[in-house]
Amino acid sequence: MTLEIVAVYAISACLLIGTFFTVVGAIGLLRFNDSMTRLHAPTKVSTMGIGALLLASMIHSYVFGEGSLHDLLIMAFLFVTAPISANFIAKVNIHRRSCQMPKPPKADTTWATLNVPEADRDIEETGKA
Amino acid sequence: MTAAVELMDLVLIIAFIGVALGQLAAMVRLVIGPGPGDRILALDTMVINAIGLIVLLGVWQGTRIYFEASMIVAMLGFVSTVAYARFILRGDIIE
Repeated sequence: MTLEIVAVYAISACLLIGTFFTVVGAIGLLRFNDSMTRLHAPTKVSTMGIGALLLASMIHSYVFGEGSLHDLLIMAFLFVTAPISANFIAKVNIHRRSCQMPKPPKADTTWATLNVPEADRDIEETGKA
Repeated sequence: MTAAVELMDLVLIIAFIGVALGQLAAMVRLVIGPGPGDRILALDTMVINAIGLIVLLGVWQGTRIYFEASMIVAMLGFVSTVAYARFILRGDIIE
């Protein structure tokens, strides 16, 4: 009985933590100035918040139901894929030159993300304008 | 026990409101975002917040039936983010 009460308080704490992180991520997405700075807020903070919400769901299933660890699967999937999608969005920002550009590489002439093939140069230029 | 459960219900309502506000903020960024990178990021955030809302709905109703739904939303969200980014980067999704 006492353990159940402690578990319900733990669920509430996890829900509050998750909501806090999700709201902070959304505020960061809305308020930051630069594209690359905006990338930080949702991809890291919001993923963390959803992790806390999934933890709350897991504890809830153990207290009020049969109990399952299914939510660990979603948590692991999100934590693995969030950096990958963040990397892709950062490459999009570099490709569109909507951020501070990285220094040119030492060995090659340009970065692969910026290296548009000859045939696509005109499409690229009209796409930017 | 009843006091703790009442507190949990209150916290659940707060969590619903918070995640929904996050979803609205992502929608605002989707509309005003200058450039495709910000819009892809806003869509990715909306998918993640949608997973949060589904999980909260499962806790609210005390059922495990929404697990598959949130798993599928997570997978499709990742794939669609990568597809959008590939389209901007290469002009094609599958080369």
